Amino acid sequence: MMDVALVDLKKDFPILARPIHGHRLVYLDSAATTQKPQVVIDAEVDFYSQHNANVLRSVHTLAEEATTLFQNARQTVARFVGASRPEEIVFTRGTTESLNLVARGFADKFLKPGDEIVVSPMEHHSNLIPWQQAARRTGANLRFIELDPVGQITLEAARAVIGDKTRIVALSHVSNVLGTVNPIPEIAEMAHAAGAIVVVDGAQSVPHQPINVAQLGADFLAFSGHKMCGPTGIGVLWGRYPLLEESDPVMYGGEMISFVDRETATWADVPEKFEGGTPNIAGAVGLAAAVRYLDDVGMERIHRHTTNLGEQAFDRLHAMSGVSVYGPQRPHSGVLAFNVDQVHPHDVAQVFDSLGVAIRAGHHCAQPLMQWLGVGSTARASFYLYNSDQDIDVLVHAIEETKRYFRR
Amino acid sequence: MNLDDMYRETILDHNQNPRNRGHLENPTKSVGLLNPTCGDEIALDVQLDAGKVSDIRFSGQGCSISMASASMLTEAVKGKSAEEALAIARNFKSFLTGTTEPENLGDLEALHGVSQFPSRVKCATLAHNALEKALDDNQPQT
Repeated sequence: MMDVALVDLKKDFPILARPIHGHRLVYLDSAATTQKPQVVIDAEVDFYSQHNANVLRSVHTLAEEATTLFQNARQTVARFVGASRPEEIVFTRGTTESLNLVARGFADKFLKPGDEIVVSPMEHHSNLIPWQQAARRTGANLRFIELDPVGQITLEAARAVIGDKTRIVALSHVSNVLGTVNPIPEIAEMAHAAGAIVVVDGAQSVPHQPINVAQLGADFLAFSGHKMCGPTGIGVLWGRYPLLEESDPVMYGGEMISFVDRETATWADVPEKFEGGTPNIAGAVGLAAAVRYLDDVGMERIHRHTTNLGEQAFDRLHAMSGVSVYGPQRPHSGVLAFNVDQVHPHDVAQVFDSLGVAIRAGHHCAQPLMQWLGVGSTARASFYLYNSDQDIDVLVHAIEETKRYFRR
Repeated sequence: MNLDDMYRETILDHNQNPRNRGHLENPTKSVGLLNPTCGDEIALDVQLDAGKVSDIRFSGQGCSISMASASMLTEAVKGKSAEEALAIARNFKSFLTGTTEPENLGDLEALHGVSQFPSRVKCATLAHNALEKALDDNQPQT
């Protein structure tokens, strides 16, 4: 059953009222970035029009207000993911920067030749290339947990790869292509038993389901503000406090130091030592507004809604002739990759756009996964709290129109 | 927006019935190019005899625009001198950005509608960039 009251929230998102080529905008590209509710837009406007100042530096009124808002945002995000203290929240530009920070600041320091980093073929490039490069720098080896035929990670497959040499297991929680939900808690238990730490790419999960880092079993969790109704350019690295303490900073400069003389410097405490330079203050304030918005709606409810849409769409497209869908049938998150026979995904997306339907087409920054699927690229529809059953009807209609257009 | 502005009949025809698709046995030049933003790839085999493009084939995968454009390009340059072929590739690229009148472009002129869709211009020019690489001795070979 569709959550009707939830779909009513569409009115909170001003951009969804904008017609595209004379059609109602059906936005099915939330896995790339979500639209922003008015409260988030207002939070940024309010910050710049009432409180703007640099943080952690000056004593004037605006600086105090800006610093308080910035640190409150850290607390809000910490509560949202169940961090044990706000200092465990490091503000970054997004998931990519967060994962690179772990690879540089933690992996470079602790990996030795022959150690193993375990990833999977479904990783977004941002959770693969930082590990490829860390392996090159340290002499560690990269190992892959192979996927089952529908693109899932089984515990057996994980057990076959995670072992004595494993130091880091870096996995996406939810695939940005397949809609697969990976069994992170179970894999984390396995990894910890082997003495490894667990890095979770939460870009596609934190926006969509209740997250508690302790229950997840993660040691580091990376996610982006803009995929959860927040602004672009702000993201989060959560890390267990002792691990953050052990990690080295990777960006040197202002506000990340304790003491500096001509030749040397010592670092500020966590998290400031990772936040060199003026941070994205308005972004953090906007992200906190997004978190409050999502909490008000209810993460359980959002999870049920987007999973329901993803699974419904899977079934509807699976039943169509000349359409391939990828990933498991159940459970399937609100991300659905598909192809229309003999029509390239770019052409699919172009026809969709002419109908006001926004989808993604391409390799989704997951080329090894495209190689595994044996396709060059796919189309992808992704859902969020503002989508409805009706949007799936439009999706199905748009596929029929695409077939008609290219097979005339 | 009218989709037909971009997907002209000629384009759909070249996409469905590509000309000069395949490989040459002993090409003089062979160039592969990737469009990393969308994963499209194209390979051109060029046979040069006495400074002339005596034969040309393309292979790869991509959207209808990139495949039709490659097919049209092979038709436009076959039998031309290397200099003429290079001029056609370059003329097409500036024609697409709206700065030049078309010269000897043949079916390629049908791609003009693509200029209204900036994100697709790189699809339409992929084969042309590959040909430039193959024929311009000043460009690094891949």
